[in-house]
Amino acid sequence: MNSTITDVTALPRVHYLNVDYGWKSWLFTTDHKRIAWLYLFAITFFFCIGGVAATLMRLNLIQPQGSLMEPDTYNKLFTVHGLIMIFFFLAPSIPAVLGNFLIPLMIGAQDLAFPRLNLLSWYLFMLGGGVFLYSVIAGGVDTGWTFYTPLSTTYANSNVMSAAMGVFISGYSSILTGLNFIVTIHKMRAPGLTWSRLPLFCWSLYGASIIFVLAMPVIAITMILLMLERFLHMGIFDPALGGDPILFQHLFWFFGHPEVYVLVLPAMGVVSELVAAFSRKRVFGYGFVALSSVGIAVLSFFVWGHHMFVSGESIYAGLVFSAFSFAVAIPSAIKVFNWTATLYKASISFEAPMLYALGFIGLFTMGGLTGLFLAALAIDVHVHDTYFIVAHFHYIMVGGAVMGYLGGIHYWWPKMTGRMYPEGWAKLSAVLVFVGFNLTFGPQFILGYLGMPRRYSVYPPEFQALNVLSSAGASILAFGYVFPLIYLTWSVRYGRIAGNNPWGAKGLEWTTPSPPPTENFEVTPVVTEEAYAYVADVMRG
Amino acid sequence: MRPAIAMQLIEGSSWAAQWQHLFYFLVGLSIFFSILIFGLIVYFGIKYRRRSKDEIPPPTKDNLILEITWTVIPAGLCVVIFVWASTLFFQNASPPLASTEIFVVGKQWMWKVQHLEGVREINELHVPLGVPIKLTMTSEDVIHDFAVPAFRIKKDVVPGNYTTQWFRATKTGRFHLFCDQYCGTNHSAMTGWVTVMNPADYAGWLTSGVESLARASAAGSGGPPGHPPLSGSGEPMADVGAKLYVRYGCNTCHSTGKGPTLVGLYGSQVKVSSGELLIADYAYIRDSILTPTAKSVEGYEPIMPTFQGQLGEEEVLQLTAYIKSLAKTDGKETKGATK
Repeated sequence: MNSTITDVTALPRVHYLNVDYGWKSWLFTTDHKRIAWLYLFAITFFFCIGGVAATLMRLNLIQPQGSLMEPDTYNKLFTVHGLIMIFFFLAPSIPAVLGNFLIPLMIGAQDLAFPRLNLLSWYLFMLGGGVFLYSVIAGGVDTGWTFYTPLSTTYANSNVMSAAMGVFISGYSSILTGLNFIVTIHKMRAPGLTWSRLPLFCWSLYGASIIFVLAMPVIAITMILLMLERFLHMGIFDPALGGDPILFQHLFWFFGHPEVYVLVLPAMGVVSELVAAFSRKRVFGYGFVALSSVGIAVLSFFVWGHHMFVSGESIYAGLVFSAFSFAVAIPSAIKVFNWTATLYKASISFEAPMLYALGFIGLFTMGGLTGLFLAALAIDVHVHDTYFIVAHFHYIMVGGAVMGYLGGIHYWWPKMTGRMYPEGWAKLSAVLVFVGFNLTFGPQFILGYLGMPRRYSVYPPEFQALNVLSSAGASILAFGYVFPLIYLTWSVRYGRIAGNNPWGAKGLEWTTPSPPPTENFEVTPVVTEEAYAYVADVMRG
Repeated sequence: MRPAIAMQLIEGSSWAAQWQHLFYFLVGLSIFFSILIFGLIVYFGIKYRRRSKDEIPPPTKDNLILEITWTVIPAGLCVVIFVWASTLFFQNASPPLASTEIFVVGKQWMWKVQHLEGVREINELHVPLGVPIKLTMTSEDVIHDFAVPAFRIKKDVVPGNYTTQWFRATKTGRFHLFCDQYCGTNHSAMTGWVTVMNPADYAGWLTSGVESLARASAAGSGGPPGHPPLSGSGEPMADVGAKLYVRYGCNTCHSTGKGPTLVGLYGSQVKVSSGELLIADYAYIRDSILTPTAKSVEGYEPIMPTFQGQLGEEEVLQLTAYIKSLAKTDGKETKGATK
């Protein structure tokens, strides 16, 4: 790499981090890179809360009689864990942190299309998070993250209103972020950066943004209806008031299933970037990978009824939803095969981000394959609402989305901070996450197959061995999450100076200094080549 | 009684055996593709590891044939699974006509079961071996879910509506019954046992259950030793329904011609005031008792009062059992109601 910048020239240079140190320069910033950091701090905080809730749950489940806590406490813990991880960690994780930071850099723009709207998104997110935290501090909420009616509207005595309000507000943050990304990707690409040259990360965030804009309003409406019934006793969902409890499920999952794709699509984008960079290859079947993101985004809106196969839904409706659910598996399979094929005749190196990316491909494959079980009408009857489901969606959400997020954070850390993270510790953590994750959630597939229902604070004693195994795995997983928190923080000050392009990777973000200047590029770049054009003789910094 | 570590699941019903075949097929498929992907990653990872710092591999050309291949093969496999799973599901969607009916009412946090013969159980369900059993289920409060893993069956139990599921047990024994839909504080305590007995034992159990119920209702509580506490009068559901029919004054209209007759109503076609033709099934009868004016029979004034709040779900089921029994005795007189 001929791009190394020595310490002497790197440190005094003015960039987006050292341009101003005042608190106003952070809280009133419209720089997408600084807003990314605001999100990073916020979601790390929420991740810790959600993680503590998960830890307490796993501790309680070591004993079949759940001797650690009251059932109500356990119910509040899984509700808080689910709501925080979905709405206040995963949804903003890759889009609002990495997407915010990278989309303008990747497309050669100075900022997002609407910088002030971007800042407003963060404030809405914090407001929603604050209102939700109030519901937790005021005593918690115990409806499950799915808020099923009439439990949530009539029977629950916990803080449903404030929790629903928190979700409602934070949804607007996602809508605005999605809108911002869509407009930015359409209008602000550098000259020469055609759609067919767009990095796959941008493609997948484009798909995710479509979902944000279309699905989030539905959850907002649903939360409003829920609050109306709970507060004013309007009969919408509770049959005792003349409502229909299944209507809520239709509305919730019309949002809810696209939502889970919005969590994993950005991770797929990250993995495409990582696989290309650490193989020094153009992603195999670029066009197929790009369009499959859009395919997933569109199809995800037609599968919601597969959450309701056993709800009494018409079997003919079930048939249609089952067919669409199988259809959405195809673009996911296309991605997996293309990533794997990218490794063929490549030059593969195994730095920590690549370990996360390869781990993602494996775990997402398992998560996807077990999704076929749930799309199959007959099979779903038995495994629905058991630990099989819990295992399946954690393979997608944690094995997929969180692995992608961590891989992305490590990969772009040098760009964000100008410093390298310690490679040895990072590799160790990546391995711990992979091993701990499989130990935690692998046994849960078996538990679910054996019939153990989800959301049980006590369970029959014959399920204990697998639950202990799962809890043991979770303790390993915890180390895998705590280590990066420590060494990444450490590296901001003590890490090796990274240089513009420590990986020798392609992409406009690596052509600008690390950390980038506030305006990203001194001269608007002109793109003359395909994405990931790794060619032997030209290795630009 | 049960091993401390369960690693396999009993195939306790006819459906469980069919289910298991498809499940094993899917497991096999998943293992194959997982090994394929993991194997390729490891193989490529070793074979094409970076050997020098500045190594740049030759570009690989996109390959349309390959893309089509790995789109078509998974799509084909998906079609196979879809057809297999849907066929199985549809074949088993409706219970055989000769099913024995049992009624389930869920409430926070218990299962209440009524047999037509009069036995009532809580968090227990006794059934005969080899006989198709149809469960008609509803909830008094939130959504519950009646799941028996050994039978591979599960269905949500929804307030304001009836859901049904059926099974034919193929092994005697005691099997877990779980509530699988989160229903509030003691969700994980909303469990019980399904006991599958030989038909002869079951018949004996029904009789002793009825007798012990009669004793219990005299004594105030209890049940036969080794069995859960039973409750109720021990009378057949239809007989209890007949008493309710009089107690709530249903007879003052429906037996006098002021309201439509209920004889032969069950299973017949009813023309309601909107002109719609409906089948008088459990759900229709339940709606007609609790929200009578919504679907009142054509030709009659919608003057029936609602019994919402007066009749519990179990009583509605008893009334329905009574109305259904009226069809059995003189079943021809179905459309006698019209003017």
